[in-house]
Amino acid sequence: MRTLVLEGIIKAPLTEAPPKADKAALAEIASKVDAAAKKRLGRSLSIREVDAGSCNGCELEIHALNNAFYDLERFGFRFVASPRHADVLMVTGPVTTNMREALERTYAATPDPKWVVAVGDCAVDAGIFAGSYAVVGGVSSVIPVDLHIRGCPPSPMQLLQGLLALIEK
Amino acid sequence: MTAIGDLTRQGQIVAAHRPWPRAVVTPAVWQAMTEALADGHLTLLGLWAEGKSVHAAVHAIDAGDLAVLSLDCPDGKFPSVGKAHAPAIRLERTARDVHGLEPIGAVDNRPWLDHGQWKRPQDKGRPATQYQFLPAEGESLHEIPVGPVHAGIIEPGHFRFTANGETVVRLEERLGYVHKGIEGLMAGTPLDRAARLAGRVSGDSTVAYSFAIARAVEAALALDVPPRAQLLRGLMAELERLANHFGDIGAICNDASFVMIHAHCGVLREGTLRLAERCFGHRLMMDRIVPGGVATDLPPDANDEIKTFVANARKRFKQLVGLYDKTASLQDRTVRTGILSPALARKFGAGGYVGRASGRGFDTRCALPYAPYDALRLDVPVLNAGDVDARIWIRIREVEQSLSLVEQILARLEPGAILTAAEDQQASGEGMALVEGFRGDILVWLRIEAGIVAHCHLRDPSWFQWPLLEAVIEGNIVADFPLCNKSFNCSYSGHDL
Ligand code: SF4
Repeated sequence: MRTLVLEGIIKAPLTEAPPKADKAALAEIASKVDAAAKKRLGRSLSIREVDAGSCNGCELEIHALNNAFYDLERFGFRFVASPRHADVLMVTGPVTTNMREALERTYAATPDPKWVVAVGDCAVDAGIFAGSYAVVGGVSSVIPVDLHIRGCPPSPMQLLQGLLALIEK
Repeated sequence: MTAIGDLTRQGQIVAAHRPWPRAVVTPAVWQAMTEALADGHLTLLGLWAEGKSVHAAVHAIDAGDLAVLSLDCPDGKFPSVGKAHAPAIRLERTARDVHGLEPIGAVDNRPWLDHGQWKRPQDKGRPATQYQFLPAEGESLHEIPVGPVHAGIIEPGHFRFTANGETVVRLEERLGYVHKGIEGLMAGTPLDRAARLAGRVSGDSTVAYSFAIARAVEAALALDVPPRAQLLRGLMAELERLANHFGDIGAICNDASFVMIHAHCGVLREGTLRLAERCFGHRLMMDRIVPGGVATDLPPDANDEIKTFVANARKRFKQLVGLYDKTASLQDRTVRTGILSPALARKFGAGGYVGRASGRGFDTRCALPYAPYDALRLDVPVLNAGDVDARIWIRIREVEQSLSLVEQILARLEPGAILTAAEDQQASGEGMALVEGFRGDILVWLRIEAGIVAHCHLRDPSWFQWPLLEAVIEGNIVADFPLCNKSFNCSYSGHDL
């Protein structure tokens, strides 16, 4: 353990330089979120992740945001355990018919003002799962979405760029 | 004792099925199979419905024999296997939910994946019913419902704990929340779309699923895969296994609040994914294995990079293993927690580290070897303790094995083609494949008619592991559930399909 601790102190951190906020994401946000809400939310955001039907690929990359390379918390983002503590719902997957109600209830349990970030191609329009008897559609077919981050799955860098658009002026 | 040959001989062999035999049998043979499963002579690999027939894949481990037995049920009913052999229960509930086939004599008649929300024509106007959890009665018992939306960044599912104070006396799972109807989407699609769908059954095993469906297609159509592609598939499969083992070993330690191993394992995982991106152009290597071969070749300088990765990972990982081994506070949480008995592991045919930590040394790569593993050296680690600690140690040993496999693959790579195109785009056939994903054996079975997938069944290893999680938590404290759960790390999406 001593070697590991020592190395941790001596060696340069692995953390990547912060990326620029994604332009398309900035534009989408600017069109949807009003300035007052933005001001209230400030630069520190609590995120509640909801898997509404994903294949779990998106979850893996969202998880990676917490590793030493991306270190999401340095930007003021934090994953929280309850929607009641959240400012942002990060939703993945095509919404399955079996998760629809749980997603609606999670949304209702999140206090205002709140933002919804839909993550992954499936979250946009159900992606490859569109048309199934067990799928409702993209996230916006169930709750209002403020920002889409595309990709199958989006890389942690893409997720970071999208999220940064939330706190950029 | 019933040998598989005795069962198939009594049925009608389907010539188009490869590589193992499939026989259409009578109810009497189906019954004989059920008895052989119940008395432990056979292991159930899968049970699924297709139209008005039901199929069971069974394995005689000692003899190394494998077959699919099919029973036609024109009246929509079949004799329940689950009534005598519990591992079939959820599979039969699913056969009824999705295909409307009724298991006669079933012990559990509740729906499983069907939550009364689907949009099929037959679902119209169906009254919504409340799901009945099994009752638990007794003084001072209380229930703790958890989910479907969980506290972490994880998939949805519902857990109903009945606890006596801190001690769990029963856990009942309810799954099906992420059912996407993948088998329904598969039917009638061309092979390339089917392969993409299979790669999205469980994202953490996308390589293994692509590998499995590719092998099933190749079996059905008798396609040969170039040697270089075989090796590249092995390379991807081992990188996927490494990434998952690194991530999960860290996550289990994190659930015991030992953050340091988690942080370092996270770095190893990220390194693996970045290597995958460099080598194959996608961090999770989605859609890189395709029927007939692989879609991308290594960049020219990849060999050195992979070698450096292996050397570095081996050195770093050894430090972390030493740390795990020497940290008493961590072992205090993992040793003798969540014990799975070898008898249960055998009965359910539990694959992967869940089975191997409980004395079941089954690994598809060795038991039913396929390329490239048939030419590589691989030791299958087996332990008998069956606790969280044993499952961690199996994964540790598997990391070491995977690193060695990556080196062996590199040493064998020769330049050459990476894809064989199917000559006949209109070909038909039936194929089955078993591939070892990081959590165990994945089964893919399909029928191709004139180049189109007529039916495809994908069975995740989690089907035979989820029920065991209910068993191992009994008598443990509620606070140890995350540890038990993470040490199993069953797939929700892979199971719910
Ligand atoms: S976008 Fe891709 S990775 Fe994400 S849930 Fe959909 S299929 Fe899985």
